[in-house]
Order: sequence, then structure tokens, then C-alpha cells
Amino acid sequence: MADRVKLQIDGKTVEAPAGALLINVARQAGIDIPAFCYYDGLALQAACRMCLVEVEKAPKLLAACTLPVTDGMVVRTETAQVREARKAMLEFLLTNHPLDCPVCDKGGECELQDAVFRYGAGESRFTEEKLHVPEAQWSPVVYYDAPRCILCYRCVRICDEGLGVRALGVVNRGATTEIAPNRGDHLECDECGMCIDICPVGALTSGIYRYKTRPWEMKHVGTICTHCGDGCKTTLGVYGGQIIRGNNRDRSGINDEFLCIKGRYAFDFVHHPDRLRTPLVRRNGQLVETSWAEALDLVARKFSEVKARGRKFGVIGSNRTTNEENYVLQTFVRQGLGTNNLDHHRTGDVVSLVAALAGRQGALAASADLYQRKAALIVAADLAQQHPLLAFLLRANWRHHQARVYVVTPGPVREDSYAVRSVRAPSGEELAAVESLRDALAAEPELVILFGDSVKGERVRRLVEFGDSLGISVQYVCLLDYSNSRGAADMGVLPDLLPGYAPVEASGAPPGLTLPEMLDAPDLDVLWVIGANPLARRALTSKEAFVVVQDLFLTETAARADVILPAASAYEKTGTVTNTCGEVQRLRKAVEIPGTKSDLEIFGLLARRMGLPFGPWRPEEVWEEIRANVSGYNVPSALLAAGGAFPTFPASGLHSVRPKPELIRSAGDTLFTSGTLGRYCKTLSSVREAPGTLYRS
Amino acid sequence: MTFSPQLEARFEKLLRSYPPGRQRAALVPMLLYAQDEVGAVTPEVVEEIGRRLGVSTLEIEEVISYYSMLRRTPAGKHHIQICTNISCMLLGAEELWEHACRRLGIGHREVTPDGQFSLEEVECIGACSWAPALLVNYDYHHHMTPEKLDRLIESLRKPQ
Repeated sequence: MADRVKLQIDGKTVEAPAGALLINVARQAGIDIPAFCYYDGLALQAACRMCLVEVEKAPKLLAACTLPVTDGMVVRTETAQVREARKAMLEFLLTNHPLDCPVCDKGGECELQDAVFRYGAGESRFTEEKLHVPEAQWSPVVYYDAPRCILCYRCVRICDEGLGVRALGVVNRGATTEIAPNRGDHLECDECGMCIDICPVGALTSGIYRYKTRPWEMKHVGTICTHCGDGCKTTLGVYGGQIIRGNNRDRSGINDEFLCIKGRYAFDFVHHPDRLRTPLVRRNGQLVETSWAEALDLVARKFSEVKARGRKFGVIGSNRTTNEENYVLQTFVRQGLGTNNLDHHRTGDVVSLVAALAGRQGALAASADLYQRKAALIVAADLAQQHPLLAFLLRANWRHHQARVYVVTPGPVREDSYAVRSVRAPSGEELAAVESLRDALAAEPELVILFGDSVKGERVRRLVEFGDSLGISVQYVCLLDYSNSRGAADMGVLPDLLPGYAPVEASGAPPGLTLPEMLDAPDLDVLWVIGANPLARRALTSKEAFVVVQDLFLTETAARADVILPAASAYEKTGTVTNTCGEVQRLRKAVEIPGTKSDLEIFGLLARRMGLPFGPWRPEEVWEEIRANVSGYNVPSALLAAGGAFPTFPASGLHSVRPKPELIRSAGDTLFTSGTLGRYCKTLSSVREAPGTLYRS
Repeated sequence: MTFSPQLEARFEKLLRSYPPGRQRAALVPMLLYAQDEVGAVTPEVVEEIGRRLGVSTLEIEEVISYYSMLRRTPAGKHHIQICTNISCMLLGAEELWEHACRRLGIGHREVTPDGQFSLEEVECIGACSWAPALLVNYDYHHHMTPEKLDRLIESLRKPQ
């Protein structure tokens, strides 16, 4: 019992681990002790004095945020003396705090407002005039209103400790103390907005959301960010049919409350003026608006005709559409069009990893493993830029559990600052450098290996062999770029693999053409592109090809199309996506853009027009089909619907793959770019750090 | 930027006096010594010391804005710092302060046009037993009166 103690809080007997902080022990027991400066996971500050409590035998009130519990402690958190102390502290905090709550963004979800409501410091004895300082804009997304600031330093600590950016500091002293940005009058940072969310008052506000609405006027929709592959939950604030805010204050996802600039602000593409809202068809060389019925008829007629003549289709799927859409797409293409010419832009070699790990359980790391495992090795990725959540979790693991991190990258990365070893190795030559870390890695109790796109094909197998030879438990993360890159592979949007990585030969048909093979085929009759922009990187050889594009914008690929069908984005539909760690999560529809249709709905309408024996589809039904048929996806639907994240592990029987390393290429997105979609996110390009560079930490 | 060999030697000794890896602890004395030589903590001084200690400009800003003894603009050749804390105040520091302001024609943290004198009202300088007290640069002057202050200013005016 030495490591457990028994204490009494407000007459309630509570058991807790010795050394735990009283504030946390009380909160776990359902007794809320208010605090501004104390923040779970950040360094202790003990500055705000709001958490003062009465402890028996202590001569005066003690701060619960820094008090470790001991056996036999008797604590009272709501006595008259405690209430009086809190009220007095609030009176101090309000000496310079303006009472502009009616127009403050934070009004209604302000911790200071709540505390004053609770302790009633409604009257002030101060007669001095309040100090006023004009508010400052530090970046397109961050505003600072100094008089509202109560100097809890949460923002300073989250930026320094949480992100490792250290863009905020504290200047001056006494009543004139202020938070200051790192570049004099502006910020140079990740622009993640963590400082704004963590602010207990309205001192730091968001340039995107400020003065738009009152918090209680919004509908809050928890969905999954559509940008990188990490799969953060972002809670979208919807008002008047518009998304006006993104955050995750309810800590509901795998990301807790973390979001980068993309998850927090890059929802603006949804309402971009260039958004396609009407189908377009090419007439006399020009793209002209048409009705959905006409556009779908034209596509269905063309598809049926080309199919009947036994000619060549090429179909390119998306890294951002849902699992349900990807699953239906491959069904449509294989069974409806009779071809395996189906592929997507592969941003990492997850196929080779699945093959190399065939038959094992638990060899893929979940995102939580990055926070819990004792050691990690990053190979060929600028994690803080390309995978902000994974970088945040790993850094938190180092801060809280002293995790040992090893880095093998072509250039400097932020993780170097706390890594036990950092080795520079040119792209493609990382494995030799990894080998040089063998002794150190073998001495670790366990390891997570994260690898980027230059570890592909044969190198993935060699990396796994290396992991096996260490004699310790090793888990892997194949880093992929986009929100459902993993799902596209899992659902068989590949020319040689069916859903769950089953070889197509099992179905009796030969593998189809890969993405570049389709674009290079001189006799391609139809190119059907769903949510991808392959022609931005490679020209289409077949001049005669009939091109059908489903997308949000008039991309380079859409500009070549004969028919463009305006598609709904991830924030406008339900379904599931699978992140780079293989965790499947549910999308929830936040808004609807008139004129667009989800890709799933489009597939159904086409199937009906072509007289195919399937469709229309509802996401929930397709999900049940995926659960039943796709290896690794038999996860509990109810919990998923409640917002959970479940690891999927394709237990493939796949022992040999035809490695196609030439097909694997990351888009190399930074914190401020997001493939073609990023171009339509004004917030991303508005910050001065954009577009950013990798390996320039 | 470069400092005098004497200051460099002082920095070197200073940096050696902290355990390895804790060199940033030398920040405050380095800023103070650099200020003594350069006259103020200029942006160049901030940049140079930041570079040497691996401390960001923002972190140095935090320190400069916190400590009143660090100045961004040069003080006078003779920086007169008059304590007006409790012991000195009870023994006439306020009259002394007002006299100094009138005599030099400047106020708190101001410099005479010839750059000879500057004035600063400071908190306790640890000379309560000899109150009222003041400092000229680093030198103490005890039991001050307006007359003694006049004589002090005259003697400082004379070329040394």
C-alpha cells in the first residue's frame, strides 16, 4: 500500500497514487477545483492562486495544483475561507480585465466568466482606471488583446513545451506584464492556434473566427480532419450553413485537443468561391454547365459503350474519399466495368509493410503508442511538418515519460532538439544509417519505427528484418500523406490487390494498369478520376481518352475533362476514414454545399443508369459490408459511431508483392500545404510561413 | 559585434563559472557588463549575446523588460540613482529627488542634453542605515542632502 494513499476531500474518502497532485485527485473524484494556470500535461506554474484549498494542519491555504497528496490528508475545497480567497483573487484579476464579455469571442465559454459566476466577485473595490492597451494582430490567425490577459502562461507553455516552437514569451513586469510574440510585433511559428484554444479568457483570439458569432449559436460537429494522414478529430463549428470554427476542446479524438493549422483553420476550401457547384460537359472544346441528369447520362452511356466494346478504362481513386466510397469504387470498377485498371497516388509503401508483417498481430503502432512506447525511430520524414499529431505525441512522450527518440533524416528536423541520436542520411540511403544505430536500438526495451516514402519496396522488407534482428518488440508506422491514403490501399484501390490486400489473381483476373501506365497508355479510352489530380504531375498520353473527373475544384486534371461532376468534400458527408496508423474513424457531415453530390451517391446514380446489378449505396450499409469482408475491419460499429478510433490490422496472407517503388512518392507537404486541396485553403497561404520547407528546422 | 579584450576576458571567466550546459545562466551579468561598455543594451548587443548563449531574442526581451537596470538607450556619463524607498523617504529622499530634478532639469530615466547626467528613481539599494542614499554609477553616497548633492554634481562636472 506504500504507493497508494487514502485521503479525505470534502468528506469523501479518496484513494490515489502517492505523489499525485491534489487538483487531479480531486477532479477524478468529481470535485472540481478551479484553476487558470494549472493545465494537465504542462509544467506547473502555481501563479493564479485559484486552486487554493484548506488542508487540515496546514497553517494557511495551499495551492492544490502543486500539492502532492499524502496519506491521511484532510482537504476542504469549498469552505467560506476558500470561497473568500477565490473571490479576492478574481477581484484582482478583474482590476484590468475589461468587462467586454458581450462582444468577446470567448463569452459563454470563458473560464474567467465561469469562475466569477461561481464565486461572485461582482463588485470591485478598485477605483483606479483600468489600464488599456490596443489589441494587436500577430498573424492572420492570432490576435492578442492584452487587457483581457490574466497571465496564466498556458499559451507560453503549450508553445514551448507542447510544440517545441517557443514563439511566445512574457515581457515587462507587474501590472504591465504582457505576452509577446517572437518577432517583435508578429509571430513566426507553426500558426497552429493551440495558444488560442488553450487561453482561458479571450486574450488570444482567432483571426478566422473572431466576431463571427456567439459560441452557443453554433452547431458543433465532430469529424475527422481531411488534410494529413494523422486523423485528428476536429470539431467544426457551423453557423448559418457555414463552417466558421475548428477546434477540439472536448478532447474527443486520438489527438486530444491538439490540432495544427490545417485541422483548425483549413476548412475554408469548403466555401471557396471556385468550388464547383454544377456539372460541366465539354461542348465544342469548351466546358459548359449542364444538369446532373445530362452529365450522368453522358458518362453512363460512354462507360457502357466502352465496356461493351471491351476497350480500355483507367480509374484513379482518391486519398481523401471515404473507405465506403473506395470500397464501392473498386466494386464498381472490377465488377461493373470489368477491369483492374484501378490505382491511386501512393504516398508511402504500406503494401510492402503489410506484406512484410504478414501473419503477425500488433506489429502496427497505433497513435497512442507514440505517446506510450519507450523508444521511437523516425526514418526519412520531417515529422513536425508532415505529421504534426504524431510529432506532438512523440514530443509529449519525451516530456512526460522521457521516451528516447532516434532520428535518421536527410536534413535537420525539429525532433533533433530532443533526440538521443540524430543521423543525417541522403534520401534512399537511410538504411545504412539505421544500421549504425543497431547497438543503441537493441538496448531499448521496445521501439516504434516510423518511416517515410523513401523507405519503399525492398527497403521496407529490409527495415522489418532489421527490426526483427533487434530482439525487442518493434511496431511500425508507414507514413502516408492524406486523410484516407491508408483507406485507399486497405479498400483495394490498387491494380493488383483487392480489399484487405488479397491478390487479384484470386478472382481469376490479371492485375490491371498502374497509375502511370494508365496515363501513358496510348489506347486508353476512358480515364475516370475521383478526387485526385494526376495530370498536375504527368501528361495524359491518349489524346482520344474520354476523361471524367469527380472533384471539388477545376484542377489541372479537371481542366482536361470531358465531364466534371462536382463532388462533396469530407466535411460534407458521413463515412469512415483510416489514418496512417491504421485507425478507422467516422466522418460526420457538417454542412451541405448545394449542387454537389458525394462520390458514393454519384457511383449509385451511375450504376443505376448503366443498369449494373448494384447500388445505390448508403454509407452505413457499405460499412457493414466492409466489416464483413475486409480483413482487419471487423471493429465495433457502435463504438465507432460514438466517435471512437479503432486500429485495423489487415492480417493478409500476402507473402510476396511485386514491389513498385517507382510508384511511391510523398507529395512532401509541409504544415502549410495540403496537395491540390491546400491551394484552395486561403488561411494556409495567408500566413507568412507558407509554403514552408521540409528539413529546414 | 565585437567587445573590448577586457570585456571578452570577463565573459570568458564568467562562462567558465557555470556548469557545462548551463551557460545561459550568464545572461543577466553579460547584459549588464555589455551595457557598461556599450552604454545600453542595443539590438546588436542582444543579437550577439543571444548567439553566444543560444538564447532567443524573445527570451532576452523578457529579461530586459523585466529588470529596470537594463537599458535600451544610453544613460548619462554619471547615472544618478536616488532611492526613495521607506528609510530614505522618511529621511528626506523625496525632497532630494525633487531637488535633483530641478537642478539637472530632467526627470526619471532622462538624460541631460550634454549627456553628462541621467537620473533614475530606484527602489532600495541596501543602504538604509545611511539613508538617504544614492548611487552614481556603482558608487554609493550616504546621508545625502540637497546641498551635498549640489557639491557632488559640481565635482562630477569637473574634468577628472
